[in-house]
Amino acid sequence: MDTMSTWSQLIPEFSFQQVFVEPWTEFLDPFIWIFLMGFFVTAACGFLGTFIVWRRMALVGDAISHSVLPGLVIAFLVSQSRDTLPMFLGAVGAGILTTALIEVIHQKSRIKTDAALGIVFTTLFAIGVVLVSLYGENVDLDTDCVLYGELEHVTLEPLSSVLGLFAAPGSVLRMGIVALLVVGLVVLFYRPLVVSSFDPGLARSIGMSPAVMHHALMSLLAIVVVSSFEAVGAVLVIAMLIFPGTTASLLSDRLPVILGITLVIALLGALLGMHFALWLDISTAGAISTVIFGLFLLAWVFAPRRGLIWRALR
Amino acid sequence: MKLGFGYGVSHQLTRVKSPRYLLVLLSILFFSATAEAARISDLEETNVWEQMFRFFSMRDDVVRTALLGSVFLGVSCGLLGSFIVVRKLSLFGDTLSHAVLPGVAIGYLVAGQKDPFAIFFGATLAGILGTVMVNLIKKTTHIKEDSSLGMVLAGFYGVGIVLMNRIQKLPTGTQSGLDKFLFGQAAALSATEVWMIAGVAAASIVLVLLFYRQFLVGSFDIGFARSLGLPAGLFHYLLMMLLAFTVVVSLQAVGAVLVSAMLVIPAASAYLLTDRMHRMLIIASGFGIFSGVLGAFFSFLGNSLPTGPLMVLASSAVFTLSFFFSPKHGLVSRWRKRRSGQIRIENENTLKAIYQVRESYGFAGEGVKVKDLAIRMNETSDETLRRLQKLRAVGVCDLKEIEGKPFAFLNPEGWLRACAVVRNHRLWELYLTNQAEYEPDHVHDDAEIIEHVLGEETVRRLERLLDYPVEDPHGKLIPSLADLQRSLTQGGLDEKTTGYRMPNR
Repeated sequence: MDTMSTWSQLIPEFSFQQVFVEPWTEFLDPFIWIFLMGFFVTAACGFLGTFIVWRRMALVGDAISHSVLPGLVIAFLVSQSRDTLPMFLGAVGAGILTTALIEVIHQKSRIKTDAALGIVFTTLFAIGVVLVSLYGENVDLDTDCVLYGELEHVTLEPLSSVLGLFAAPGSVLRMGIVALLVVGLVVLFYRPLVVSSFDPGLARSIGMSPAVMHHALMSLLAIVVVSSFEAVGAVLVIAMLIFPGTTASLLSDRLPVILGITLVIALLGALLGMHFALWLDISTAGAISTVIFGLFLLAWVFAPRRGLIWRALR
Repeated sequence: MKLGFGYGVSHQLTRVKSPRYLLVLLSILFFSATAEAARISDLEETNVWEQMFRFFSMRDDVVRTALLGSVFLGVSCGLLGSFIVVRKLSLFGDTLSHAVLPGVAIGYLVAGQKDPFAIFFGATLAGILGTVMVNLIKKTTHIKEDSSLGMVLAGFYGVGIVLMNRIQKLPTGTQSGLDKFLFGQAAALSATEVWMIAGVAAASIVLVLLFYRQFLVGSFDIGFARSLGLPAGLFHYLLMMLLAFTVVVSLQAVGAVLVSAMLVIPAASAYLLTDRMHRMLIIASGFGIFSGVLGAFFSFLGNSLPTGPLMVLASSAVFTLSFFFSPKHGLVSRWRKRRSGQIRIENENTLKAIYQVRESYGFAGEGVKVKDLAIRMNETSDETLRRLQKLRAVGVCDLKEIEGKPFAFLNPEGWLRACAVVRNHRLWELYLTNQAEYEPDHVHDDAEIIEHVLGEETVRRLERLLDYPVEDPHGKLIPSLADLQRSLTQGGLDEKTTGYRMPNR
């Protein structure tokens, strides 16, 4: 095989009409759902992720996202259906089990937290993969979905109408609700969340319970990760959780501004990701995570005051 | 070359003080690596037992390569995993294993096919780039290490997924077998790949033996390593380099997603079993080999099952066992230790109560009326009897009926221990009032706890500090153990005299 032809085949022909115009005109119907789904996932993850990153829980998100898999498979095998409720219960159960097991191993033995994390989520993930390999054809969950999600599948879902106002695929609706829930809860509990994230001592002294806040945040994280699982898979959800918040924190010091920037990054990621995926014929989730990775690299190099260039010139 | 290698190993072994195990391990490895091949063409069996026989007799080339691959993999993962676990870098392996993915894809693209060397090269390059980026992010921004690990993990992985998606769309890409890199298939290992795994394992063993002390000091006390003039940074990067190699060659067998488990889990299991680093290295390698072989075996039994998850499950089983049943750090032995501690405390409280009852009678008579004891301990006579039976079970107490009423008698050993507990209690009370300036009515609860844990050494120091006191803050006598012991040895331990001479009286 000729190496040169491999390289030329790697990047398909670019047609502006097809990549940038048609999704917004002729084929608006399927593409708007892909875009919205990508935006909702990235926005929900990124918004919550800002706090997760600050509380040094970034890799807990990684652990939960991996261990969701056995929860989903077992929920399916028990309930024999792909209904939302059993799936959701199974996944949240798995998420809670993960954090509980990490705590138990850490407290009851001399294993440190990082190793406990590494042990628990890989084990649960391995159980999940074996179950998928054994019962894969029944579960309708293939390993590709686990590895990079199937965001494009929203276009295959039937539309369900909301109060007769408009119609949207069910999973897009659910993800939209989750994103609204995350933003709403963060705005509602903004003050306690900020205080307990940045100064647990102060939080305790003014009568807040950091443990309650911690568990509430973990539950919210589990909900977000579980709802994003089918769209972006077990690994890429980490990108959605970490990149928006860290990128924004390179650009601003003020938390409200940072939270606003995460939404802009989610918007850019979903938009560019959708177009790239269409052009290159690749997984949308992979494209979105690559775009927000790129945005982080740009911010890292060019950010005012914090960027590499600024630091080098100073 | 082989001679020189052997010489270097045995020379170093005298320093790490575990020569025989390692030598045996090494010879097994090299023996199995050069074992003669025997060809068999019968591939029709479906029976589980025959499959097992086929697997363990190693008649098939596929089985032999898979098995050898898993064995070497177990060794290098166990060795390097031990270091990353004690260095608290467990999640670094996870990051590295995901970050090599774009390198794998680019290696494939450059070579135009599944060439193990090109893939190895590309993956190593990506791994190094990922490591550098984690460190750079940490140095140049305020972003914390766990986030930077997560960013490199997910960012590189995303790029890798995009590249692999593209490769699968190529006319030649559909049969590329790149998806094996995600979950691993030991049966798909080629002979070249097994030799690469063996090479990395050999390099890890040799380097760990050569630089055992440097790695050890660097892992536990960076400051000390620097003060010794060791280039700790250099050895850190050497370790990271070996780690990257291990992750890269393991990809085909275990898969990118789960390599980190093979690094962390066997090492963590070994960490629960021993406190010595060289033992941990050996045990972790052993567990690594065990899980690798078991994973390869089950993957062989069920044809469609990927190897990686099965290896991980095997090692998780090992971890679970050592988590519960490790002789020193296991949950069960800890629980038993705590249980026996609670029993001891309960018995000591009974002994103390007996002392106090006898004290209230001015140490007249030998026995203690169970009823008096029950009133003292604020419980029913039955409960007190049960307590005393526990004391009798450990052989420090006797129960007798005198004139129809139950009496408890302590033997000399029991009396000695009762005195010791009371002494601890009263000494501590005195210490708190005199030295720490507590109010006398605030010291009792604290002394209730400390009386069970004060060691002989501490008691001596307390006595010295308080100038060999006679009375506690409440005006009660403090039994001095030295006098008591003397009186006992003079009288003979078995001899029951009428009470014991109370010191300081």
